[in-house]
Amino acid sequence: MSEYSLGNPEVIEEEVDILIIGGGMAACGAAFELQRWNENKNLKIKMVDKAAVDRSGAVAQGLSAINTYMGENDPADYVRYVRGDLMGITREDLVYDTGRHVDDSVHNFERWGLPIWKQEGDEGKSLTEGGKPVRSGRWQIMINGESYKPIVAEAAKKALGIDNIQERVFIVRMVDDKNDPGRVAGAAGFSVRDNKMYVYKFKACLLVCGGAVNVFRPRSVGEGSGRAWYPVWNAGSTYAMAAEAGAELTLMENRFVPARFKDGYGPVGAWFLLFKAKAMNAKGEDYSEKNAHLLQEHGYGAYVKGHAMGTCLRNHLMMHEMKNGMGPIFMDTVTALANLAEKMTPKEIKHLEAEAWEDFLDMTIGQCGIWAGENIEPDKEMSELMPTEPYLLGSHAGCAGIWCSGPEDLPGTPDHYHWGYNRMTTVRGLFTEGDGCGASGHKFSSGSHAGGRIAAKAMIKYVEDNSDIAPELDRSVDELKEEIYRPVQTFLEHKDYTTAIDVNPHYITPKMLQFRLQKLMDEYVAGVSTWYQTNAAMLGVAERKLGMLKEDSLKMRAKDLHELLRAWENYHRILTAEAHMKHIQFREETRYPGYYYRTDFLDLDDENWKCFVNSNYDRNTGEWTLKKVPWVELIKED
Amino acid sequence: MPTYVRTEKCDGCKGQDRTACMYICPHDLMRLDKDGSETGHAMRAYNQEPEQCWECYSCIKICPQNAIECRSYADVTPLGGMVQPLRGSDAIMWTIKFRNGNMKRFKFPIRTTAEGSTEPYAGLPEPVDAEIGDHSTLFTKGTHSCDMSQFNAS
Repeated sequence: MSEYSLGNPEVIEEEVDILIIGGGMAACGAAFELQRWNENKNLKIKMVDKAAVDRSGAVAQGLSAINTYMGENDPADYVRYVRGDLMGITREDLVYDTGRHVDDSVHNFERWGLPIWKQEGDEGKSLTEGGKPVRSGRWQIMINGESYKPIVAEAAKKALGIDNIQERVFIVRMVDDKNDPGRVAGAAGFSVRDNKMYVYKFKACLLVCGGAVNVFRPRSVGEGSGRAWYPVWNAGSTYAMAAEAGAELTLMENRFVPARFKDGYGPVGAWFLLFKAKAMNAKGEDYSEKNAHLLQEHGYGAYVKGHAMGTCLRNHLMMHEMKNGMGPIFMDTVTALANLAEKMTPKEIKHLEAEAWEDFLDMTIGQCGIWAGENIEPDKEMSELMPTEPYLLGSHAGCAGIWCSGPEDLPGTPDHYHWGYNRMTTVRGLFTEGDGCGASGHKFSSGSHAGGRIAAKAMIKYVEDNSDIAPELDRSVDELKEEIYRPVQTFLEHKDYTTAIDVNPHYITPKMLQFRLQKLMDEYVAGVSTWYQTNAAMLGVAERKLGMLKEDSLKMRAKDLHELLRAWENYHRILTAEAHMKHIQFREETRYPGYYYRTDFLDLDDENWKCFVNSNYDRNTGEWTLKKVPWVELIKED
Repeated sequence: MPTYVRTEKCDGCKGQDRTACMYICPHDLMRLDKDGSETGHAMRAYNQEPEQCWECYSCIKICPQNAIECRSYADVTPLGGMVQPLRGSDAIMWTIKFRNGNMKRFKFPIRTTAEGSTEPYAGLPEPVDAEIGDHSTLFTKGTHSCDMSQFNAS
């Protein structure tokens, strides 16, 4: 038995060349690429994951499709698609870079054992052998993806070696270099299993801990509050830790509000694209057609091309119906399946039904639970759609994140898009990808893996170019211990003041702090309760409340390691929320109607706002600085 | 649905320090009650924070005793439904029981290779050190064809 206790952890210090923080798709891609380049270099590489790599990150549950696969398309068309979906403003260098490398990751997934659906006649033929995938859209291919993450994790673990992977350690803060404040030198965190604190020193680090969920009050607030569309364990750690380290953030005003099957948030993509289902209002009207004229107002149609429009605009048309009392919105699964079944044999119909269910069972099992409980069989009964609470992310159909250096080899790339190392942030040695890399949405799972590989290669070069770096932390181990375990000390100091452990004037539980954050974000920063609307006055109230919440975060308690995990996750959520609020406050237009509205600036204003909004956080003063950064079109218009 | 653990099936993973469900849960929800002081059931696992459960089913799929099941969120879903998998080495079988008693069963493939057999680099090119700064390729040299005339500056 050790003498270590909850408030007095053992300190493990380790120095490596490259640290990967996170264990999702980007982290696994990085591990795969890094170790191959490292075979003759003997760099020390370590991956730290707060969970178990086999089932961590956004793909933990599985997926029914790979959403980014070029195949017969040119990467330039992918850039045009992403540009249109994200209302014009993207880093086209980063998006193009993902596009040209993503298929290679998918080919490796298939080689490692991921089943990818093939068109009739091509069964058993791999993609690299010319096997044609089943497309559910121009960029999506269908898979049997229950084991997508374990398969990708297995390759990453084998590449890196199990001794170089540390699971169940939650990194909570970056540490700057003592002699060079523009450089990151380390990271610190704790084991959620043992009384051990971990302090890493490194030359370079890939910070890839996903996006941010449960920042806003979810639509289901009881047991169902865990049923977020994006993984509930994504706590904004990537954005918060990068911001505190001084990294510039970009487009943090962006968010994603997916319209999904109500309550379970099961995917609709295959239903719209593969099964050709239609959505309708209470009267059975096709509201998209009926409300098409709304795209003429406020300049919202600026990026609409025929039927192709940004995902936020589809929400805009749907929300108009709901706000006007024309809900519920139904997905007509019955007609869709009946139409498909008309020309099918009973065996083919059976197969079709299995495909429809697999779409959920592979990635949103909870939707099946709701259908089972409500006696909904999609061929017999329609299902409701609903826009979710907002999420912040950079890899799915959103583009919040960190401002990253891009590849400089693409024609026309302006100087302010690159500063030497691909996917490096404005802090030297700090790299990111996946949900962390901003202004480059629509990477999805495959693009995040490819992005991790792109960053990995650049990190090898960075470490080799900077072999003389001797990282030194600007915080002592004792200072870090005091900061990281503060919630534990607060608990131990005050727990006997009251008879009820959760009600105590000297501390706040992480759970209640999260409720406070969610309430204020929902009510003032364009959550579901105001139909995603806000204005300068509401944001002013939010700013004041967030300031006090940030102060009170220092009084969070942790009665055990599990609660210490929640305490730090919620601290990360607060900083992410603050960035989101400040960016929305700064951008005086409505760039993403259907995701959020500035009711005091309802127009989409290309003349003044076709630019990035970037921000910097000063962890010493707690202040944010915001600015406009020019956008450049690299790829020709259609 | 938050997951729950069946008292008579869970064996606490035979007295090890950590159970399989504790190992795998992405959100640190599963906990082993060694002495029964937390649940009244010694050496059984339980979900300590059901309102944070994503229903990802990782614990259900990994449990060697098939002791873990799901009851869909009580604040959302009527009682009586059930969705339960049995995950094998190359396929997963699902049983869906509806509230009205209807049943559906599905079986889907999950991987085409044996678990643990992955050779991450088999058949792939060696990296070329001189290309470390070349953004147009990764070590695999699998870059997609690029129509450079699509650039404004081309």
